[in-house]
Amino acid sequence: MNISFTINGEAKTVDVDDNTPLLWVVRDELQLKGTKFGCGKAACGACTLHVDGEAIRSCSLPVQYARGKNIVTIEGLSKNGTIHAVQQAWIEEVVPQCGYCQPGFMMATAALLGKIPNPTDEDIDNNIANICRCGTYYRMRKAIHRAAKIQSETAKS
Amino acid sequence: MENNTKKSKGINRRKFIRNTGIGAGILMAVGYLGTSPTRKFLAKMVSEMEPAYDNDFSPIAWFQIKEDNTIILHSPKVEMGQGIFTGLAQLAAEELGVAMSQIQVVNAVSSNRPLDGGPTGGSTSIVSLWNPLRELGAKMRMMLVKNASTILGVPKAALSVKNGLISGNGKAITFGEVVQKATVWNIPKEVTLKSKADFTIIGKPIPRVDLKPKVMGEPIFGIDVTIPDMLYGSLVRPAKVDSQFESANIEKAQKMPGVVKIVVEEDFVGVIAKTRTQAEQAKEAIEVKWKTNKIWQQEEIVEMTKVGKGKSYVIQEEGKPESVLDNKDVYTAEYSSPIGAHAQIEPDGAVAFVKDGKAFIKISTQVSKITRDEVAKRLGLEKEAVEIEATYLGGGFGRRLHTPHAIQAAVMSQAVGKPVHLLFNRKEEFQNDTFRPASHHVLKGKLSADGQLEALEHNTSSGAVAYGSPLVPGFLEPIAGADLGSWRGGMIQYDGIPNYRAISWKVELPFATSWWRSLGLLANTFAIESFMDELAIKAGKDPVKFRLENIKDTPTGKRLKTVIEAAAKKAEWGKKMPDGWAQGFAASTDVNTPVAQVVEVSIENNQIKVHKVTCAIDPGLVVNPDSVKAQCEGAIIMGISASMKEKMVIKDGEPTPIIYGPYQMALMRDAPKEIDIVLIEGDDKPHGVGEPPLGPIGAAVANAVFKITGKRLRDLPLSLA
Repeated sequence: MNISFTINGEAKTVDVDDNTPLLWVVRDELQLKGTKFGCGKAACGACTLHVDGEAIRSCSLPVQYARGKNIVTIEGLSKNGTIHAVQQAWIEEVVPQCGYCQPGFMMATAALLGKIPNPTDEDIDNNIANICRCGTYYRMRKAIHRAAKIQSETAKS
Repeated sequence: MENNTKKSKGINRRKFIRNTGIGAGILMAVGYLGTSPTRKFLAKMVSEMEPAYDNDFSPIAWFQIKEDNTIILHSPKVEMGQGIFTGLAQLAAEELGVAMSQIQVVNAVSSNRPLDGGPTGGSTSIVSLWNPLRELGAKMRMMLVKNASTILGVPKAALSVKNGLISGNGKAITFGEVVQKATVWNIPKEVTLKSKADFTIIGKPIPRVDLKPKVMGEPIFGIDVTIPDMLYGSLVRPAKVDSQFESANIEKAQKMPGVVKIVVEEDFVGVIAKTRTQAEQAKEAIEVKWKTNKIWQQEEIVEMTKVGKGKSYVIQEEGKPESVLDNKDVYTAEYSSPIGAHAQIEPDGAVAFVKDGKAFIKISTQVSKITRDEVAKRLGLEKEAVEIEATYLGGGFGRRLHTPHAIQAAVMSQAVGKPVHLLFNRKEEFQNDTFRPASHHVLKGKLSADGQLEALEHNTSSGAVAYGSPLVPGFLEPIAGADLGSWRGGMIQYDGIPNYRAISWKVELPFATSWWRSLGLLANTFAIESFMDELAIKAGKDPVKFRLENIKDTPTGKRLKTVIEAAAKKAEWGKKMPDGWAQGFAASTDVNTPVAQVVEVSIENNQIKVHKVTCAIDPGLVVNPDSVKAQCEGAIIMGISASMKEKMVIKDGEPTPIIYGPYQMALMRDAPKEIDIVLIEGDDKPHGVGEPPLGPIGAAVANAVFKITGKRLRDLPLSLA
């Protein structure tokens, strides 16, 4: 069945079973591999992307619920050649190790900063609940605070 | 230098670089030594050995110099987060005479690039390549300079190298230009390496080379591999341990949408379909009968693992511990650790394309050569007909040291003549893990009336780690006896104690257990370092001073003392803490790298929280301080996860839980907000880093919990409930 949505600013129509998880549509139909599969049960957050600005665990969202929505994946986080504050902060803090879970964390962080521009440690603990096996949480926390700072400075200028 | 392969035919690819000494690492060392040495000697030797890189190689195979002066380093070691691509690029760039920005690191493919005889693992990569890769870089540079001298008509002595540019007497040529023009490449025999004082790249905190692709979400992992016309594969495997395949009814599944073929083999049933979702759905419709030999329960596994149940091997003995400990004043305590899952976020899988007697496999693997050889054997192909290309790994931790899924993907691809992308779902990933075995420890100690530690004994018991792994030849077990993986960290590092010994007990479990980052170090250090704390308290001494008292001033002992003192000083050991808070201390030595940690812990609502970790580590010469720090931070957090949260159990024959969440792991809120790493370079060559910092954390936390509550937690995961 044809389902249309916008992804990273482009209108797309895919012909897939309604119940196919959005994750596999993004990865296998649209060949955007930055969004990762971790568990298939919305338990680890590796598949986090944005649907209408909300952080969504796409492994558990049937694609029919994305109809007409605006999807952003890690590939679309930076726009018009300007690196997104979260990715910039991630680079400056040298966060990733194996890197596999990182797109999910960055997408979750970008959504958090959309709601709480300057999150406290407690906000971070309560809102960022993805799993990183390499244990990069320590640097991620620093990167989240740094991203908030970059974002507020960019907004001022 | 790809375009140079034809020209380089005349090169004598002899074994011109060979590591002296023991040769091929831990396992071969045992082979060289034969059967006569005592096991204790063997165990000591293995614990202190410097692993070597197991291969013959030529600079031509490792480096590719492009016309635009980019150097591609074909790495036989895989990048699984540890930062090895960056470290290796630094070693190569330093001797080649190029800037880091000129080097690109890629995974070597097996057919025409360096194929690692050993694994990527065991904290051995930098150690084993420290000399060989620098020598390769230097030889490559010397060949380039020699050719530049001919091309430019300038004597070699007048030429200097900087940033890939060879210049002298007013003339200059880039590496890239030399490669375009030169025809003869004679590999020099002798090479002089730079001394430490001249390093400009080694020792610098250079940001990791894979930073940008990982932050931008580029498709670099095994799961991301796409080949045109690719199909998707899914597997049926038994849910229960100790089970064999009996029969499968595939009738219903075969008719499901998208199904291309169902492969029924003796060890698995595989569905090949047009999409991932179709493969997963069809799999659910297959009825497989498994013959389960016995329905195992957790209590039976715990009982089997107890000290005294398996075969015992003395791996370390000094003085006369037995006679001293045969005494009613001896203090004894028992500890345990649970079965642990790797739980890396990228599930296992492989992309295979088998056609016309050739196989191509792209896979997240830590053992390219073993993966290749196993696929070749199963398909009945020559090894050379199987090409393996490793990808970036979405976590390794030992999980990718077994790659039967490469075989499964290859068999499935062969059956349909098309590429197949096989992927485990999370349930399969948990159920088919090669777990960290549970362990049990009995510690005995004897204190004199004035609080001197007279004798210490550590009995450690667990299932196999090394044996049963394709990495370890079968002949080793009868020679070595004890499992060199499960006793890792089990030896006593306090050589100032007059009498001490360590005994390793080996039990056979009805499911696969194997390498898990740091192997036995996590559990063994938890037991020994908790017990040292118990003894210090009984002796009425400060736990840090008590440890220092029991270390001799040998070179190894001095390095251990230095990290203990450094951690204590930096953390202000003994400072006043708020009510309900305490500091805890522990230290361990692993792969010649001593580590000491001080934690700051609080307890609120019966929950243990780690606020700060101070970690002093002496990994010898540091190639990249930021990478070493990152490895310490990651190991500390993984150690907190494993020692405070994680636990697999066997329930009615099935490993469980089978999903994150129920399999509890550390999240953002569980990670310490402060991690303070003190780097000490107590040697002029590098030692292992990836695993040693996992050692002390469990005991350090338990020791702090005792200070707060008076309750001694002797079982992992630590819990006050």
